Amino acid sequence: MQAVSEKPFRPDLVAVPVVLLLGTVFALIEVAKSPDPLMVIQAWTFLACMLGISTFFLRRYAVGLPDEESGPYVNDVVKAGVIASMFWGIVGMLVGVVIALQLAFPHIFYFSNFPFTNFGRLRPLHTSAVIFAFGGNVLIATSFYVVQRTCHARLAGGSWAWFVFWGYQTFIVLAGTGYLLGITQGREYAEPEWYVDIWLTIVWVAYLFVFLATLWKRREPHIYVANWFYLSFIVTIAMLHIVNNLAMPVSLLQTKSFSLFSGVQDALIQWWYGHNAVGFFLTAGFLAIMYYFIPKRAERPVYSYRLSIVHFWTLIFIYIYIWAGPHHLLYTALPEWAQTLGMTFSIMLWMPSWGGMINGLMTLSGAWDKLRTDPVLRMLVASVAFYGMATFEGPVMSVKAVNALSHYTDWTIGHVHSGALGWVGFVSFGAIYCLVPWLWKRKSLYSLRLVEWHFWVSTLGIVFYITSMWVAGIMQGLMWRAYNDFGFLEYSFVETVAAMHPYYIIRALGGILYLAGTVIMVYNLWRTIRGGVSVAGESAALNQTLSVQGA
Amino acid sequence: MNHGTLERNSILLVVGILIVVAIGGLVEVAPLFFVESTIEKVQGMRPYTPLELAGRNIYIREGCYLCHSQMIRPLRDEVERYGHYSLAAESLYDHPFQWGSKRTGPDLARVGGKYSDEWHRAHLADPRSVVPESVMPPYAFLARTPLDYRDIERELAADNTVGVPYTKDMIDNARADLEAQANADSDDATKLAKRYPKVQIRDFDGNPDLISEADALIAYMQMLGTLVDFSTYKADAPENKR
Repeated sequence: MQAVSEKPFRPDLVAVPVVLLLGTVFALIEVAKSPDPLMVIQAWTFLACMLGISTFFLRRYAVGLPDEESGPYVNDVVKAGVIASMFWGIVGMLVGVVIALQLAFPHIFYFSNFPFTNFGRLRPLHTSAVIFAFGGNVLIATSFYVVQRTCHARLAGGSWAWFVFWGYQTFIVLAGTGYLLGITQGREYAEPEWYVDIWLTIVWVAYLFVFLATLWKRREPHIYVANWFYLSFIVTIAMLHIVNNLAMPVSLLQTKSFSLFSGVQDALIQWWYGHNAVGFFLTAGFLAIMYYFIPKRAERPVYSYRLSIVHFWTLIFIYIYIWAGPHHLLYTALPEWAQTLGMTFSIMLWMPSWGGMINGLMTLSGAWDKLRTDPVLRMLVASVAFYGMATFEGPVMSVKAVNALSHYTDWTIGHVHSGALGWVGFVSFGAIYCLVPWLWKRKSLYSLRLVEWHFWVSTLGIVFYITSMWVAGIMQGLMWRAYNDFGFLEYSFVETVAAMHPYYIIRALGGILYLAGTVIMVYNLWRTIRGGVSVAGESAALNQTLSVQGA
Repeated sequence: MNHGTLERNSILLVVGILIVVAIGGLVEVAPLFFVESTIEKVQGMRPYTPLELAGRNIYIREGCYLCHSQMIRPLRDEVERYGHYSLAAESLYDHPFQWGSKRTGPDLARVGGKYSDEWHRAHLADPRSVVPESVMPPYAFLARTPLDYRDIERELAADNTVGVPYTKDMIDNARADLEAQANADSDDATKLAKRYPKVQIRDFDGNPDLISEADALIAYMQMLGTLVDFSTYKADAPENKR
């Protein structure tokens, strides 16, 4: 550590170890004192993470400050985020395929001696792994990359960025292993228990700090539009996470807690959270990616500045995803006025969504020909098209008359996946395909042909997935409400389950194809990172860009 | 104000974002805590017995809510298939609520009393043995696993701090109540029934030697939707119009 003393004082090199030390102490207390065997397992896991992170920091800083932390940009933590995204993407999609196969072939894919393999424990693992582990890592990595470039400033906070990265992986590991053990709050998309929530809050505050402090260092007077979206995502997720997870633990030594709210209020708070997890995590955050990577890749400015402003404020206020939560609770015991309000705002949401889509698509004005030659740009543009489709379907499904049919059915699952696979997945893949050659300073990707394969295999997978779920969902809804000539319900419930069988198989096939596309991507990226000719930094890429524009 | 001002000042931008995202929540969510008509006035609701609460915790642990809703909508086919539509009052003591969002399996809001304990045991152990087309996972381990209720008093106390009206009497006797409910011959059965009206007392898992997780889960399922006295509930009464 002697090298540290020669340089200016770095408060982060004191603060981060203190946080890790507190985490270690907490883990040790739980290991020693907790009567709850599940808490003990979680505490050992947490302890291993804390020690692992501490070892990482010791190795990183033992020989002096890394050159990168005084250079123009910090890249290592972004690289780590890209690799983590790929890893968790594969894990999350694989678990998705497994649970799809469980519903298609329950005789084969359930193991009665292994409770942790049951659908009820694996489904939160799937949703959390793809949304928070894959999506979250993509968002953190791209935001760290984008905020530096658009501010012309190095990432602020020194080692805090690495703390955010490793702290976030710790959150994922604790949450994921917890689900398998049966530790859950029983709130969709907010399953982790109270101590994991507290840890995530700490990590998230550090994330907000790193992001904001980088904005403060910017050498541009204006904050670029992508950063508005990143900022709204970080701030709003913090608010939603804290309110939705308010709970009373049975004791500080036990995993179990009881939520602060109950029944109807709890339901609306949960879906206020749940819908905005979609709105701010899966939409605002990934729109930031759209606003940076599409203009960059197409080498065209964003179509309309004014539309960006309108898009931003209407999306977060009117769209307000914030207001749209009750559309998850139509015809339930939620008071009528709240249902109507939710439905109204959900329909209004269509407009800002499409405004954003138009802004993204029209950025290609004058560069449409690139769609023929650049499969990465095609992937980005296809993602925006899926965004448009999913945000059209959503308002339709939030109309009460439609929702009466669609709610509780697989149509909802199909809708979610057209957004998740088409929009979130593709925009992430497009961004990663851009990032890897930039970060590892490669002239290009290992193979554009493999990107073509990825694009088409995954697109076919999405088509299988969403069409099978449309048919399955609408059929389910119609069968549930079908009456025979004598005025009795036509079908027993289990007949509707049996009718789903072929569609569950097609859905699983769609998932397998999508996963196969992702495997192709990982191979392509691995070859890109491993081999290829290195170019001399970003200046070369910039020169290339300028020469293209000059020509 | 020019939008450029916001673009040049990150703190103003953060404050702006917080204000606009908070409005929706305040206008839409907050009134639910103050408007009196949010929850109907009904008779019969009581907190879960210790055994039912333990069963509910297993229901949550196993992620049952991911495939089973507990919210019957006021639509003709649902009311005919599942029973009276669900009232907000019926999940008054649910921390967290378990309304669910998907029906891969049927709604369970009023599953209580619809099937025998024996059916539940067979169905949980191997769903396809009683319903061949079912896609539900097997839960044979529940009947083999002893219920861990060492901390049941603490659980009731924690549930009490978030608003469930457990009395001191209920909390102090939680363990005895739990054991009494799983044993039809228990001496404490009358006291249990006094604390928790309509409680069902019997050996739910068919194995008198063990209070298993299946005991708790079946006890929970057998009481679902059975508490509210619908003979005294007037849906058309002005106070129940929502």
